[in-house]
Amino acid sequence: MSTTNPENAGGRWGALPYLGMKTGKLVLTVGVTFLGLLFVTFLIGRVVPVDPVLAAVGDRASQSTYDAAYIELGLDKPLYHQFWIYLSNALTGDLGNSLLTKKPIIEDIARVFPATLELATAGIILGTLFGVPLGVLSAVKQGKLADQIVRVVGLVGYSAPIFWLGLLGLLVFYAKLGWVAGPGRIDIAYEYSVTQVTGLLLIDTAMQGQWDAFANVLAHLALPAGLLGYFSMAYISRMTRSFMLAELAQEYIITARVKGVAEWRIIWVHALRNAAVPLVTVIALSYAGLLEGSVLTETVFAWPGLGQYLTNSLQNADMNAVLGGTLVIGVIFVGLNLLSDLLYTVLDPRVRRR
Amino acid sequence: MKHVPRLLAAAAMTAVIALPFAPAQAETPADTLIQAWTIDDVITLDPAEVFEFTASEVLGNSYQPLVGYDVNDVSDIFGVIAEKWEISEDGKTFTFTIRRDMQFASGNPITAEDAVFSLTRAIKLDKSPAFILTQFGFSADNVDDMIRQTGDMTFEFEMDKPYAPTLVLYCLTATIGFIVDKELVMANEANGDFGYDWLKTNYAGSGAFTIRDWRANELIVLERNPNFSGEAPAMARAIYRHIPEGATQRLLLEQGDIDIARNLGAEEITALADSEDVKIESGVKGSIYYMGLNQKNEYLAKPEVRQAMKYLVDYATIADTIMKGKVQVHQAFLPKGFLGALEDTPFALNVEKAKELLAEAGLPEGFSVTMDVRNTPEITAISEVIQQTMAEAGIQMELIPGDGQQTLTKYRARNHDIYIGRWGPDYQDPHTNADTFARNPDNADDAASKPLAWRNAWDIPEMTAKADAAVLEKDTATRADMYIALQEEHQQVSPFVIMFQEIEVFGMRKDVNGFIIGPSFNDNSFRAVTKDR
Amino acid sequence: MAEMSTRDWLLSDLPTSRRQAKLGQTYRTWLLLRQNRLAMLGLGIVALLIVMAIFADVIAPFDPYAGGDLRTERLLPPSWTHLMGTDDLARDIFSRIVYGSRVTLLVVAMVAIIATPIGLAVGTTAGYFGGWVDTVLMRITDIFLAFPRLILALAFVAALGPGIENAVIAIAITSWPPYARLARAETLTIRNTDYIAAIRLQGARSPRIIWGHVVPLCMSSVIVRVTLDMAGIILTAAGLGFLGLGAQPPQPEWGAMIASGRRFIIDFWWVATMPGIAIFVVSLGFNLLGDGLRDVLDPKGEK
Repeated sequence: MSTTNPENAGGRWGALPYLGMKTGKLVLTVGVTFLGLLFVTFLIGRVVPVDPVLAAVGDRASQSTYDAAYIELGLDKPLYHQFWIYLSNALTGDLGNSLLTKKPIIEDIARVFPATLELATAGIILGTLFGVPLGVLSAVKQGKLADQIVRVVGLVGYSAPIFWLGLLGLLVFYAKLGWVAGPGRIDIAYEYSVTQVTGLLLIDTAMQGQWDAFANVLAHLALPAGLLGYFSMAYISRMTRSFMLAELAQEYIITARVKGVAEWRIIWVHALRNAAVPLVTVIALSYAGLLEGSVLTETVFAWPGLGQYLTNSLQNADMNAVLGGTLVIGVIFVGLNLLSDLLYTVLDPRVRRR
Repeated sequence: MKHVPRLLAAAAMTAVIALPFAPAQAETPADTLIQAWTIDDVITLDPAEVFEFTASEVLGNSYQPLVGYDVNDVSDIFGVIAEKWEISEDGKTFTFTIRRDMQFASGNPITAEDAVFSLTRAIKLDKSPAFILTQFGFSADNVDDMIRQTGDMTFEFEMDKPYAPTLVLYCLTATIGFIVDKELVMANEANGDFGYDWLKTNYAGSGAFTIRDWRANELIVLERNPNFSGEAPAMARAIYRHIPEGATQRLLLEQGDIDIARNLGAEEITALADSEDVKIESGVKGSIYYMGLNQKNEYLAKPEVRQAMKYLVDYATIADTIMKGKVQVHQAFLPKGFLGALEDTPFALNVEKAKELLAEAGLPEGFSVTMDVRNTPEITAISEVIQQTMAEAGIQMELIPGDGQQTLTKYRARNHDIYIGRWGPDYQDPHTNADTFARNPDNADDAASKPLAWRNAWDIPEMTAKADAAVLEKDTATRADMYIALQEEHQQVSPFVIMFQEIEVFGMRKDVNGFIIGPSFNDNSFRAVTKDR
Repeated sequence: MAEMSTRDWLLSDLPTSRRQAKLGQTYRTWLLLRQNRLAMLGLGIVALLIVMAIFADVIAPFDPYAGGDLRTERLLPPSWTHLMGTDDLARDIFSRIVYGSRVTLLVVAMVAIIATPIGLAVGTTAGYFGGWVDTVLMRITDIFLAFPRLILALAFVAALGPGIENAVIAIAITSWPPYARLARAETLTIRNTDYIAAIRLQGARSPRIIWGHVVPLCMSSVIVRVTLDMAGIILTAAGLGFLGLGAQPPQPEWGAMIASGRRFIIDFWWVATMPGIAIFVVSLGFNLLGDGLRDVLDPKGEK
């Protein structure tokens, strides 16, 4: 995306017509990008050293079964024709069927996505809740011990492999201490009693008044969400710090100080309000980043979300599912970038170039 | 700036609130059996298509076959849906009589029509396991004439040759022989597919449990069948939960979140052995771990090299350490528990002997070779140990890991040097493994059938004839002797280094009783399970 | 004072040659960096990693591939003989970690060697020519940027098959787009300078200008950016290894070691913990160093 950098965004025109033009241009960009995504995934799908027919019919199928599946999968047609089929199907939301589940990929993804959404959302909430205040603290105490500590804590978050922290977390907090619940989204005993409406178990259990199940879901969520939260906190606190530093150096802050405005008001009201504009885009971006983090986290926590679906399909050479999943994540990624870009324009119509 | 700490404190509080929902020692519901198992191989629930371990077990508990066998003595074959059967003079036709007053879970009565429908349907659909039935000379074109209903409760089953009766009956105990509810299935037919699309994810059987729900890679839920003809099971519900990791399963088991863990590794088994709440039960399964040496490789084609490799696996140590409790040493193609199984283990690690053999083959310095390894933890670990012992005799083995489909694609194209893998029998008769390990009717690259002997390019017209003769032998004792002789020869000359037989291990909560672990996966039964709390 | 010390020469306000100016600049950067204790710590870690990789066979007390006696030496806890214990195949974990540093370093180096030229070539070409060339190249770059890195790498590895070489290729394929954007931005500022115009007037052809004059000018900022990314590369490679798609056993790759040790984590915590610590320390080292570099080179902004 041409817009991943909040610094690059901004406009020369007034908010509204600018927004219109920008949206138009972005829609075009997204269209082209989407085509490219499809092409890349299609290409990957064709060079896999796996016999897709074999994957579909199994090792012990007879030759006649094999041949029938070969034709059914359209493998007898030329490549460009296959791409055309893939393209037109994808545009109507048909990404093919999963070899594993035998269901349309789109259906599968719709089923597993809420789990990832719940996890990533919890993660981003925790990350923002801790990241913003820590970033502000760090900026205010620039160079002091508090700043150093916050930076090191952030760097640790950047440096540790998330799957490893997850494993250790499970070992310590679940196996040894028993503070949190184990892998999975909910105890198996509850699983069957909760009707999935939204697929977001916290909301579902709350709506159905099953408070013990709700508590159970929360206990399951605590560790993986905490982990993802920590990782996004590292990023958010760092960005908050730099935005705040930039704001605090602005003239209006000095003016305010001269006028005798209370220091806490300067920091938390004046500076943070302005820093919040680029911060929103940062948070949207790190939300997208959590999608990526979820692949590894879900593997460790047996979390039945998109990440686990993807790795599972990968290990079983279910290429339709892998590519479908990759495509969907790509689209969400583009969408979030687009959203953050638009948010930025809406929140901050001023010309802003640094 | 006083406000900074205050805000931090508030944030910290929020996090702390989220934490202390510490789960108490959990307990599963008294009427529900919860098992953790890797169920990502389930791709269908249709008996005409099921071929996977997990789905077989699910069907074994929810469908019924015409005939069954005693899991403790597989030679004792008895009727289940069939009350009795007769074999014609020429040995080519079976006449089955269906037991009266049985019904499907739907309430429909079970008749000969359902039995004929189930078998012809499986043959016409021609899915992966169809060969288990079509090997008796059936095809989509002739099956309507060969398997024919002769009365409300009787039907005839006519084959092209007088196959050994045990072979026929054992094949009918496989999941493909399970009887489906014709009325229910046909009510859900679309475009003449015999209800194939529908039955993939639905249920039309008569077993002790009904399949209530299957969510791929998540769970399978079974519920007690109120119309079951036998004794009603104690469990109202049985749930399989997909948990891929053995270590995770163990944690859940120890915490009491599940009743049974199905994928425990050797270390977990050892660790759980002293647990107060958990017991370990196990049963010998038919799966065999082996290495296939491709005869297209110039080194591996030498008989002395094949023999040397059989002396370069440290069978005992592997079975006692990394695979402890999960395998036993076994070196013939018929697993223990099968008719005619050979239990001799003539090979053990003997580097000197292997070096002599290699010298005889003109390769005193050894040679380099690759091995395709499916990247599961256990196969990988076994391979790494074999790699080390091979190196002691100068054989430099490079491991090429890949996922299941990749290694299989390569193996079936005969592009490997060595393939290490696991083979599970398809039904309870010895022919199932003889067919693949000791038969290769056509060694051409474009052969129609691809048994393991073909995949390793092992051309054996004489042994193929011997295996074919054993299929037609009526006398069970003579037949068993034929298989033993076949294996004794095979063990010495074949390009298969057969190493272990699998032991299936169950970690169970102490209060779970009555789980029957059978020799094949569709024999694993929780019909009689009780929880004695 | 006839002789000028090297230091004075480097710090001279009136450099007499371009080389002196450049070296002086580097030296000043170094002086600034040296004041940053955390960055120095990072540098120390990275240096240690390199030393460890070079002298792996001297440092490691055991063979990283061949294990000891399976019956008696499996899964031993850390002791003086086995500093980090042994794994499930009775191999010394410390020796494997020492040898693993080679794998890690190799991955980082290979990715840098593959991705940097691609990024530079695409970026400078797009920036120099502008117009439709720019549009096409940047659109392609955007497509690659549209995927989260690990996920795209996953899809590529799925296509190419697991293995360390393929993991390197997959990571490289997913790492070049940011370098291309950076190189393009730099090129845009250089393109219209008098200096380039003069060369063009002399009749130099475009490829020559790009390769001979634009690329060298973009090089330093791209290299800094690559250094900053190294921790990320290590983590991605470890992630692939953990998922079983990167380096394959028996290679002592740290991520794969965690994956194989995870089965034993409850009773034999060291098997998965030790390689995790190794990844953490090394990637922290690169991050600290990168952070310090960023502070020195770009004191104002952080991104």
